[in-house]
Amino acid sequence: MKLLVCVSKTPDTTSRIAFSADGAAFDANGVQYILNPYDEWYALVRALELKEAQGGSVTLINVGPVDNEQVIRKGLAIGADAAIRVDVQPQSALFVATQIAEHARQGQYDIIFCGKETIDYNGSEIGAMVAELLDLPFVSYASHLDVAGNVATIERDIEGGTEVLEVDLPLVLSAAKGMAEQRIPNMQGIMMAKRKPLDVVAPVAADDNLSTPVKYTLPPAKQSVKMVAPDNMEELVRLLHEEAKVI
Amino acid sequence: MILVFAEHQKGQFKKAALEAVTYGYKTAQVMGTSCVALALGEVANAGDLCKYGASKVYHIPGNDFTQFDSQVYTAVIAQAAQQLGAGVIVLSHSSTGKSLLGRLAARLQAGSVAGVNAVPTNDNGFRVKKNVFSGKAIAEYAVTSTMKVLSVMGNAIPPEIVGAGGSVETLDIAAPASKIRVKSVKREEGLVPLPEAELVVSAGRGLKGPENWGIIEELAAVLGATTACSRPVADVGWRPHHEHVGQTGIAIRPNLYIAVGISGAIQHLAGVNSSKTIVVINKDAEAPFFKAADYGVQGDLFEVVPRLTEAIKRFKSTQ
Repeated sequence: MKLLVCVSKTPDTTSRIAFSADGAAFDANGVQYILNPYDEWYALVRALELKEAQGGSVTLINVGPVDNEQVIRKGLAIGADAAIRVDVQPQSALFVATQIAEHARQGQYDIIFCGKETIDYNGSEIGAMVAELLDLPFVSYASHLDVAGNVATIERDIEGGTEVLEVDLPLVLSAAKGMAEQRIPNMQGIMMAKRKPLDVVAPVAADDNLSTPVKYTLPPAKQSVKMVAPDNMEELVRLLHEEAKVI
Repeated sequence: MILVFAEHQKGQFKKAALEAVTYGYKTAQVMGTSCVALALGEVANAGDLCKYGASKVYHIPGNDFTQFDSQVYTAVIAQAAQQLGAGVIVLSHSSTGKSLLGRLAARLQAGSVAGVNAVPTNDNGFRVKKNVFSGKAIAEYAVTSTMKVLSVMGNAIPPEIVGAGGSVETLDIAAPASKIRVKSVKREEGLVPLPEAELVVSAGRGLKGPENWGIIEELAAVLGATTACSRPVADVGWRPHHEHVGQTGIAIRPNLYIAVGISGAIQHLAGVNSSKTIVVINKDAEAPFFKAADYGVQGDLFEVVPRLTEAIKRFKSTQ
């Protein structure tokens, strides 16, 4: 099986989020970057498990500048065979998806994996876009994946429950919790990752300004918490009714 | 023209669909245009969407839409948008809408914004806001394409009745064959799904075991709330996975989020920090969740929660 895993670089979950004084740009000062957790924990690890069980290869693809190679190498250390970096600083999801689709079209992959969303822009758009550009089925929020021959059986999260479906390969999916367990790269993996191929390719021409973030703000600071005595729940009910007006 | 794709479940429009129509109506006012809605498959009262601001409801009946396939839905919605001359397509930011947003954007070469939480402005080009960095910031997007696609965050725009009804017109668009075979759908019946719930009671490891969940369910029942849980609780199987809120679970923004025995790790906050009002009940005064709360109760949850349940019962009986 030829498997492609789309990976993104995101600020660590615990990063302090700040912007330039005019709010036009993200302030990367002091920010620790990681592989987007859903791409790493769920998409990549399930792809590796399938390769280990059924043979084949796992390729990573990232669209971004040379700084991204640190997190791409981490993906290789966890076990991916090779990686591709499209050398450009993207502004919009459709541009990223167009670059991935361009490569995937040549690569003839059986399954293209994404994480359910990135933890920075929370868009969940890339997988659906790649699928549409390649005219492939797309299954979002996949929490379980089995492949037998040419057929994938997938469980996906829906509001208040789950759906089980079958679909023939090739396909695109976005991976959610339940799909696999996080793997910590070991020393051998880290050493081997340095020698694995990481191809740098030029982007194809595409619009990158159809939808772009132009201004950032921080949410209004929360008022400090109002404590209510544990033996006075009447007071809490009164506050929720009269002050917060939520009941 | 604004085209709103209205989701339904077994013929009943979801709350998210009514919110999307209200959003479409308000967007149409900003843009100086009209708002219409589109419903696929068998629906009970398609005309009801007009009450929420759709000047017309287009309906494509038939059995091609009984199971959800993003490829089939996208082909049909895109064709409807082009046929009707829509400039903005509005979706719900649901499992369905999220699967359609990217596809429609790619198919129509449209600028897209996922999970918008405010009505766009059009004074300085088309601008619209959404939460980013898991609720830690807000970004304003400029969308420059002729066709635009937006998905509306749940509980961000309350449904509003603005009109009295209107006409339903059948559209004749053929659906392509589906490549997906849905085998089963399991859903908790009769409960408000968590992403749509306005009131949520959530509990964590402080409950000590699944046998203690009764006090959470009783509190939820008297409030008419939906129950949720933190990650450790879902991981050990005390509660089903679809109740897990937080970064790896689902993100919600109810009007009231009551967190019982949850310490408030940053990953949990990422899923709930857009809630309008947060109440934290925890015996540990140092629990980080208190910093994100509007109201806090420091005490033994096994005493506080039943007391709160009784207080709400008394309050409800006086209403």
